[in-house]
Amino acid sequence: MSEIVDFLTDPWTFEFMRRALIAAVVVSVVAAVIGSFVILKGMAFVGDALPHASFGGVAVAFALGENLYIGGGIAALITALLIGFISRRGLIRYDTAIGILFVAAFALGVAIVQKQQNYTTDLFSFVFGNVLAVDWNDVWLTVAIGLVVLVVIALFYKELLFTSYDPAMASASGLPVDAIQYGLLALLALTTVIALQTVGIVLVVALLITPAATAQLLTRSLSTMMLAGAFLGALSSLVGLYVAWHANVSASASIVLTATGLFALAFLLAPSRGLVWQVGGRGR
Amino acid sequence: MATERVAQPEWAVEVRDVAAGYNAHTALEDVSFTIEPGCLAGLVGPNGSGKSTLLRVMLGLHKAARGEVRIFGRAGKPAPGVVGYMPQSELVDWSFPVSVLDVVLMGRYGRIGLLRRPARQDRKTAMAALERVQLTDRAQRLIGELSGGEQRRALIARALAQEADLLLLDEPFAGLDATAQHDLLRLFQELRREDKTLFVATHDLSCVAEDFDHAVLLNRRVIAFGRPSDVFTEESLNAAFQRHLLVLPGRDRTFIGP
Repeated sequence: MSEIVDFLTDPWTFEFMRRALIAAVVVSVVAAVIGSFVILKGMAFVGDALPHASFGGVAVAFALGENLYIGGGIAALITALLIGFISRRGLIRYDTAIGILFVAAFALGVAIVQKQQNYTTDLFSFVFGNVLAVDWNDVWLTVAIGLVVLVVIALFYKELLFTSYDPAMASASGLPVDAIQYGLLALLALTTVIALQTVGIVLVVALLITPAATAQLLTRSLSTMMLAGAFLGALSSLVGLYVAWHANVSASASIVLTATGLFALAFLLAPSRGLVWQVGGRGR
Repeated sequence: MATERVAQPEWAVEVRDVAAGYNAHTALEDVSFTIEPGCLAGLVGPNGSGKSTLLRVMLGLHKAARGEVRIFGRAGKPAPGVVGYMPQSELVDWSFPVSVLDVVLMGRYGRIGLLRRPARQDRKTAMAALERVQLTDRAQRLIGELSGGEQRRALIARALAQEADLLLLDEPFAGLDATAQHDLLRLFQELRREDKTLFVATHDLSCVAEDFDHAVLLNRRVIAFGRPSDVFTEESLNAAFQRHLLVLPGRDRTFIGP
């Protein structure tokens, strides 16, 4: 019995693990809430592009000796606005605009990093994430930005729902659709910034998409999808950190793979929608 | 035009010399017509004739390159609650996790305004709209779980929930069976008796010819408008639907009017 207790409590006797847990839970909750819009609007590609684009800003900030997160955030915001602006001109498709812009920002980052002599470890953690290394300042910044994103979504829930579901009708009803869509991209850019340190550029999209997609299989409305996604994201962070601790593997990889495992379970077993029931139902 | 209506002080819809397009492509040219208040008007034309574009211009969703649209005498983008709209159902995301009632409530959002939640009165209005299209028992279902005809009725309920005096409906009859179409037509006639103005884009010529008060025949330009019996002459129909006639082998092209 005490072995089980030890197994469960052991990791949290260390301060860096407690910090990691707070940061990871906050990030995965915020990412799942905004990720619900991302998957319902078919914006998964943007969710992948903004973290990559932020690398350009991280590299510039690194070269200038400025705060890396602020640099990354600015780059993600600029890219988000440019994607919106270029695709609204109607000459090229939305996903084409994304494809052009985010690799440009990422390439800029690569070029700048190559010119630096002392880059390796510090910048490497941005690519793959290093939640075990966050300090209390990072944690409070994460909590503050996360709260801002959640409060804005709660305040404008009605408008975000309407413009995501039916932008033409929302515009005809007098809603400022363009401003709301830009706002959603800006919130996504902010979420990207706090997710960078937890899971890194490459895996941010997993936190945005996977828990929200699992939740979509289990719920019937946007609001419950967001709540369930937040819970599944937090659960993935908790379980992922246990796995990282006991199996001594990368925390970001463990968190993402736990979320993937939960998705697989829901895909197979979700009430009435899961693969198992669908196959079983066909026999009737 | 009918002489007894000349005294009518203002038009519900007044479109003057409107041209509109997408990049290099011209969808509408020299479009001018009027619709009287409290009438059931049909917008008829072949595929690609610019019906949806015209409705989008009237809603202020698409900018006209030239010309002017006045709704109840006012130019510019209509204020919330003045014009109700039902988009073509192909443009609606049916996989989105929203209930039928949620969708109809969206018709209220323009009036509710930013940062405020729908009140009980908004729910009442939404439920009343659902009752008019006989979907009360479907209110809590997911929008994607409805049949095609029910989905269209849900979109009409949303347009009704806007409580607008002018309703622009894009292909409400498409995919409905004869009974559902008949019910919908009765609803339109009821609304007209409540002094609503309806402007309905449709392919169904015979329905407009028999049951509507007014018709606009469109093929990038307005071929004719007015009473359906005056509009649906062989000459103007051939002019509007010339593309269709062209693909019929052996058809005499000289029959096509100006």
